[in-house]
Amino acid sequence: MTQDPHIPFGMPRPPAPGFSASVPDAVAGNGLRAQEEAAPLPVSIDVEADARASGVFDVIEDLDRELVGLDPVKTRIREIAALLVVDMARRRFGLEAERPNLHMCFTGSPGTGKTTVAMRMATVLHRLGYLAKGHLVAVTRDELVGQYIGHTAPKTREVLKRAMGGVLFIDEAYYLHRQENERDYGQEAIEILLQVMENQRNDIVVILAGYRDRMDQFFSSNPGMGSRIAHHIDFPDYDLDSLVAIARIMLDRQRYTFANGAEPAFRELMSRRMTQPRFANARSVRNALERARLRQANRLVSDGRVVTRDDLMRIEAEDIYKSRWFTEAPGEQVLDGRTVPTG
Amino acid sequence: MTAIETPPRDAATDRWSSGVIPYAQMGYWQPDYVPKDTDVLCAFRITPQEGVPPEEAAAAVAGESSTATWTVVWTDRLTAHEHYQAKAYSVEPVAGTPGQYIALIAYALDLFEEGSIANLTSSIIGNVFGFKALRALRLEDMRIPLHYVNTFQGPPHGIVMEREYLNKYGRPLLGATTKPKLGLSARNYGRVVYEALRGGLDFTKDDENINSQPFMRWRDRYLSSMEAVNKAMAETGEIKGHYLNVTAGDMEAMYERAEFAKEIGSVVIMLDLTVGFTAMTSMSKWARRNGVLLHLHRAGHGTYTRQKTHGVSFRVIAKWCRLLGVDHIHAGTVVGKLEGDPNMVQGYYDTLRKGFVERDLMHGIYFDQDWGSMPGVMPVASGGIHAGQTHQLLHYLGEDVILQFGGGTIGHPMGVAAGATANRTAVELIVQARNEGRDFFTEGPEILRAAGRWCAPLRAALDVWGDISFNYESTDTPDVATTATPA
Amino acid sequence: MLVTQGTFSYLPPLTDAQVKAQVQYALDNDWAMSVEFTDDPHPRNFLWDMWGLPMFDMRDPAAILLEVQRCRDAYPARYVRVNAYDRRLGRQTTALSFIVQRPKNETGFRLERQEGPDRQVRYTLHPYALDRGAGERYER
Repeated sequence: MTQDPHIPFGMPRPPAPGFSASVPDAVAGNGLRAQEEAAPLPVSIDVEADARASGVFDVIEDLDRELVGLDPVKTRIREIAALLVVDMARRRFGLEAERPNLHMCFTGSPGTGKTTVAMRMATVLHRLGYLAKGHLVAVTRDELVGQYIGHTAPKTREVLKRAMGGVLFIDEAYYLHRQENERDYGQEAIEILLQVMENQRNDIVVILAGYRDRMDQFFSSNPGMGSRIAHHIDFPDYDLDSLVAIARIMLDRQRYTFANGAEPAFRELMSRRMTQPRFANARSVRNALERARLRQANRLVSDGRVVTRDDLMRIEAEDIYKSRWFTEAPGEQVLDGRTVPTG
Repeated sequence: MTAIETPPRDAATDRWSSGVIPYAQMGYWQPDYVPKDTDVLCAFRITPQEGVPPEEAAAAVAGESSTATWTVVWTDRLTAHEHYQAKAYSVEPVAGTPGQYIALIAYALDLFEEGSIANLTSSIIGNVFGFKALRALRLEDMRIPLHYVNTFQGPPHGIVMEREYLNKYGRPLLGATTKPKLGLSARNYGRVVYEALRGGLDFTKDDENINSQPFMRWRDRYLSSMEAVNKAMAETGEIKGHYLNVTAGDMEAMYERAEFAKEIGSVVIMLDLTVGFTAMTSMSKWARRNGVLLHLHRAGHGTYTRQKTHGVSFRVIAKWCRLLGVDHIHAGTVVGKLEGDPNMVQGYYDTLRKGFVERDLMHGIYFDQDWGSMPGVMPVASGGIHAGQTHQLLHYLGEDVILQFGGGTIGHPMGVAAGATANRTAVELIVQARNEGRDFFTEGPEILRAAGRWCAPLRAALDVWGDISFNYESTDTPDVATTATPA
Repeated sequence: MLVTQGTFSYLPPLTDAQVKAQVQYALDNDWAMSVEFTDDPHPRNFLWDMWGLPMFDMRDPAAILLEVQRCRDAYPARYVRVNAYDRRLGRQTTALSFIVQRPKNETGFRLERQEGPDRQVRYTLHPYALDRGAGERYER
């Protein structure tokens, strides 16, 4: 047995993973490899093969499978990805392309898939080399804005630093701005955000999210923010068919099925729920299913009989009809999602 | 191994009747013995004389290094002799080398005085190495139980404290031994120290045989060296040191020199291994008390560490030195001019630096060794190395090491300071490349060459020494495999 | 003169991309990062001023570069360094430390000698910068 004579025995430290590989445009200077300088310009490039090699299409296909409907959103994501792929190709031909502005705004009601799409977006940007890490940090006003003078800047910077290399997702971003109070600390957070969005756009992508109308209002009172957002994507509400389809996917993932009659019951439930306040699209579907599971469990235990694998998997119509949306008078305001686990 | 034939044990009277009986029969061979956590364990390579069964040879080593003498003594019966007897508990032939065996022997903790390497060595290697029944004997490795480790002071400072003291992090430290070894006057000596330090080295060093000779007395050397150290510090804004060798003919003289070195502000002193374990231990305690780093030059070790069949392995010496406590010790270069198989050298470095060293026969480590919280010793790589090998040195030795380019600094065609700059620049380049995730082992020569464009001293160093290497087969290699020493 | 403290002082000044690469290595090793600055580069002055608290749990070097840049902007005429700290048992000390900004004019040190008996000399290193008041040491 002969051992490789080149095995090191320094104080063992993990080798740094190929930093240069994941951040093609950040690499320059005397100590770092500058492969791009040396390589001759290519004659032609197979853009489609490039994109495939980066694995971007896999992410988009995942998104297709995972999210029901949302066709306009998917189209926009595909367009953005294509733009970035072409951009990379242009750069390889030496066609100077300034790094595109990638900050985005996702508008739509709660539960329409904004966070999920943002997560996928982060992965797409990472695979294409626009983000070093590709993680997502999701925050709201509370995580950015402080309670007293001097508190906000460090707080906002802390969040920005955690999000570096990935996507900072600010939900209901308009709460940063309080029209009624000019001295509100939110303004300070906005200014720091703007500065970093401008100066470090190679390092971070900011996605603002919230209701369409309120977001429009936010941009009109903060034109600086509006002008730094390159892509606006609108997430439409789901129709009834989509909601039921989402329910099926969710159940399937948790190894449950609708028994005969349960699905029409669920459709009925959703059609009632949609008209009520605080309807939250996919999130309301998930909450309704959570409660159906609770009732199923309760039913199986109180029946006091031996259960089969099938029993354990089946949601019956009665598990759904016992929902308060059937039993309580309409108009009674019950808060959705407050009493059940979400997640 | 099957047990050797012994007469039935029930004849208790036979055991104690006057005369000579085999050691194995006296209880020094116990193949069923399960070593205790508190036992000191030794691995000996034994080469018995023709006709001596290996178990008897192992038992003899156990006996002679613990309670036995050549004949039966009734006074044994006044003691709990079963406790004090060392036990040979395993003998295995060495694959591929007929006539050699590895014997494992366990010693009760009570056999040794706390904090005394002198006592430990008097027992373990005191008598047995001249034993006639053996053709050759080598102490390969020792397991020092944590209970015993904790009776020693250990390094006066250790790697972490040394780095904080010197304010130097993230890269190997750099040194050079002043050359020529002998004959320079104090002023010329100071010149070499100053040039090497201002050029970028962290340390310079007295050689092992620079003590206090007619051409330069110790006090004169100390004063001129400290002028050089301080001037170099003012020019670089870095902490610098010169290992002032305090080795002397008696302990009182050593203390006198060490005290003077401290008084004039030296951060480090040095000792030669030739002063002996007790003198080293005393200086170690002095160094801890006085906040001065202690460098050890392993002068003379080759006489008993190099041959594979007889002597004491350097990894055992390294272990003793960590216990008695030094901050630096020369431990091999892999690529330089002195003996050092990469696997063996790795075993030494692990023994010196790690908190827990696992059994690994490939590296000559026969036992797990737990060091508890005893600080690590900074290994020193010295002898025939130059800037052009920096990538190999960092690869093999890591960054907690002092690289000493003596000739490689002082022999530089543009002068001593330029030699130092070349070495320092090479080290920083390779560390930078490693941290950037590059394959610095392969790309090293290219990285260094490229930097020669803006660093003339480095370019000159590569031009002079770029192709020098020392390709000889090592004599002390692992039994499990042989590897060529790379250059 | 050039103060050569720090891991990479013999290389040409690191570009931001190179600083990032070093920070990435530190983050991959799970080391906490900090930014420090000073106008007293005495080699035994290890207590440089902290630019905020050490940064734990960072994922991307850009986060550290953000603070480096803020520190440079605030103190353009001082030394700024980046430290990586290794909290592992048996280490618990700095693992990497390098200078990322220097004053334009590094004024260096005066070596003071106090002569004593028996040819002994007491040496003191005095940074010229300290002759001026705090805050204006490297201005101009």
